[in-house]
Amino acid sequence: MRSKIMSDKVIVRIERSDGPGHPSRWEEFQVDRRPNANVISVLMQIQRNPVTTEGKTTTPPAWDAACLEEVCGSCTMLINGKVRQACSALIDKLSQPVTLQPMKKFPLVRDLIVDRQKMFDALKRVRAWVPIDGTYDLGPGPKQSPEVTELRYVLSTCMTCGCCLEVCPQVAPGTAFLGAAAISQVRLFNSHPTGAMNASERLHGLMGEGGVADCGKAANCIDACPKGIPLTSSIADMARETTKQALKDWFLRDERKGGAGPTG
Amino acid sequence: MAERYIVVGGGLAGLMTVIKLAEAGKHVDVFSIVPVKRSHSVCAQGGINGAVNTKGEGDHPDIHVKDTLKGGDFLAEQPPVKGMCYAAPQIIYLLDRMGVPFNRTSEGLLDFRRFGGTLHHRTAFAGASTGQQLLYALDEQVRRYEHDGLVRKYEYWEYLSFIKDEQGACRGIAALDLRTMEIEAFAADAVCLATGGPGIVYGRSTNSTINTGSANGRSYMDGAIYANAEFVQVHPTAIPGEDKHRLMSESARGEGGRVWVPKQKGDKRRGKDIPENERWYFLEEKYPRYGNLVPRDVGSREIFAVVKDLGMGVEGQDAVYLDVSHIPAAILDRKLGGIMEIYEKFQGVDPRHEPMKIFPAVHYSMGGLWCDYEADAKNDMVPGSPRQQMTNIPGLYAAGECDYAYHGANRLGANSLLSCIYAGMIAGPAMISYARNNMKAKGDVPGSLLAAGKKQWDERFNAIYKMSGPENPYVIGQQMGDLMIKSATVVKSNAQLDVALGEIQRLKESWKRCNVLDTGRTVNQSAAYVNQLWNMLEIAHLILKASRLRDESRGSHYKPEFVLPKPTTAKPTDDAEFMAAWKARNDRWLRNSMGTWTPEGPRVEFQELQSLKNPILAPEPRHYD
Repeated sequence: MRSKIMSDKVIVRIERSDGPGHPSRWEEFQVDRRPNANVISVLMQIQRNPVTTEGKTTTPPAWDAACLEEVCGSCTMLINGKVRQACSALIDKLSQPVTLQPMKKFPLVRDLIVDRQKMFDALKRVRAWVPIDGTYDLGPGPKQSPEVTELRYVLSTCMTCGCCLEVCPQVAPGTAFLGAAAISQVRLFNSHPTGAMNASERLHGLMGEGGVADCGKAANCIDACPKGIPLTSSIADMARETTKQALKDWFLRDERKGGAGPTG
Repeated sequence: MAERYIVVGGGLAGLMTVIKLAEAGKHVDVFSIVPVKRSHSVCAQGGINGAVNTKGEGDHPDIHVKDTLKGGDFLAEQPPVKGMCYAAPQIIYLLDRMGVPFNRTSEGLLDFRRFGGTLHHRTAFAGASTGQQLLYALDEQVRRYEHDGLVRKYEYWEYLSFIKDEQGACRGIAALDLRTMEIEAFAADAVCLATGGPGIVYGRSTNSTINTGSANGRSYMDGAIYANAEFVQVHPTAIPGEDKHRLMSESARGEGGRVWVPKQKGDKRRGKDIPENERWYFLEEKYPRYGNLVPRDVGSREIFAVVKDLGMGVEGQDAVYLDVSHIPAAILDRKLGGIMEIYEKFQGVDPRHEPMKIFPAVHYSMGGLWCDYEADAKNDMVPGSPRQQMTNIPGLYAAGECDYAYHGANRLGANSLLSCIYAGMIAGPAMISYARNNMKAKGDVPGSLLAAGKKQWDERFNAIYKMSGPENPYVIGQQMGDLMIKSATVVKSNAQLDVALGEIQRLKESWKRCNVLDTGRTVNQSAAYVNQLWNMLEIAHLILKASRLRDESRGSHYKPEFVLPKPTTAKPTDDAEFMAAWKARNDRWLRNSMGTWTPEGPRVEFQELQSLKNPILAPEPRHYD
């Protein structure tokens, strides 16, 4: 009987909470198995009939989603204990019951939704942009080799999903570590011909508390990244560059007196 | 006191508007239902058009103008299209300066590829995730302004409506905090809606789940004109899915991908095992000049004809092959990496070695909020005119997919990223011109106006929280999607549209018997959805009504009952009889449908295009043979 249920039904267990400070609870749902189903389509089935396997009517679970093709980063959650995007988690490839939980390294908002604002704040700290002169017609940008562009492209596919932070032992409530995503963005902007002009500003953003030196080299991030971004080499590269920057700062300390200091 | 500006929506159009405002030193509040970096622009894959002419083909913005107007069967006001195509090269350079990792030639210059509806290499691209890369570039520039204190983001806030003063001008917005469910009213001297398209009205489409069109629907209910609603693009190549249909970019064909079906009906062999001479490359056969790169409306109709009329879909299914397996894998990875990965991840098949199974899916709305423009006698757009991108509501602007302006009856591939950015570039300065004058004339927004705006929505949501009927709103949403797919996609018929107009009324009645499912005040997604759903039903109703009334075939809007006879000569202009019929059709139907909301249902009027009095290009028959 059980195997019959397994074949044409999907059982999903969801760790739910009504918000920060509320206790968490598990709710189990059973839905019809559909071809090509993914975790999102199952959550949509539950929305259309929010009744648990015990027959209790409940509220539809809350989750974040947008693009459903793994380019926006919204629907990141723990699926069978592993952090990943729910849209690309195909039901046929998951063992059952499928468990869904919110990410644990970010403040909980409700059910499967967490607050990842600190990742966007980190992008401000490291000045993750090319400071252009303006949006006027200023002609073409600098020439770049296809090789540099190809590396920059991979780095630039980071969708701020949070997988790298979720698996990082250095990231925990109360710790300041920026995490791999922001560090890798410094590499992205410092490898742009115009961005390189402000390389030191970004490196200063990676120095001090929570900076690149806080990386514990567990290297979990590189396996967790759904986009295959070379995060560990970004971290190694930026660790080298910040060391060089620190030396430069020390040698140039007299010249800079009265000017802007490191902005860590 | 300084003027206040609100931009609703954080995709390409919204962020470009924000950048233009902030660059002029203005403080901007930007509202978005998701962190702006997660907006739907990330889904655009293939690239952005601009006649930079780096391939020695003699490309020119004028040819881009012509391709765009012809692609849309001349149903677009011409000066904005000209303005856009002429601005395109500098927009691409600007994005390059912002650091977008565009693909490069060996000399280090920007590379360009082919796209549909043109014979030129005109599309700059960053792998096959160009939209993501462009959005990130604008997101970064906006973050810089946020860091400088000029931009304030309200993320996880949903626009509810604009707030009108006694003269009918827009003076702010009401918005809902999607986390705390608090409603607030915000004052503004100019508001720009950059809220994207309404793809979710069709249930499953290539759109993100956030593309409900709710903001557009609500603005239409409050008096903004919604134009050309009947023109909804169905993209020829998508992977059908349970939750959504995933786009397989036109760039796959731009890089040499070929569309075919087995010549033998119901052939059971795997695609890669079917020999070359047993494959029917129906697009190449029928359109020798454009081949696989015919415009999207044409491509989708041909695929429908092969699958639905001839029953020649792959293995009898709703599918044809999109084949790139003859292209070296290294090139595919470099130029189409993003979509190769999507197909592999979601279908479990490697498209580098096996043909992909695809089918058309709802993709883009050419129609949207009507907006104005101002051009001089030479048909050049007047810089900084307050009329650019302004809806019929003074002070309310629209930019991006939510506007109706650039694509006529059918959008060309890689023109959407361009139109979003261009619309934002002209909306920002227009808002500044408008707001300055308005401030002088009217002063600050009265507090009583804001209080009334908030109160109206507090009451509306209090009523929603009390909805305890038997209907599940998500089921109604699914039924609406099924109805729209059946009635208003590739092939439309008046008989089915009449049925659908009755059905949509029935769904509106069902909405009144909805259950809110959740009465809490923390991230109550179903209460927000119940509100969105009504606005979606209104848009759906208008799409059906405008489709019913337009008795012709033009671009994406196709009714077999109303198709012009084929010209009997190679050049249509040589067939006098055809030209007479074509001219008669244009005299009657080369008009924008202007939708206004009434309590009894949509009212649709057909209005002549103002720019056809002094056109840049006289309309001509559209053919791609």
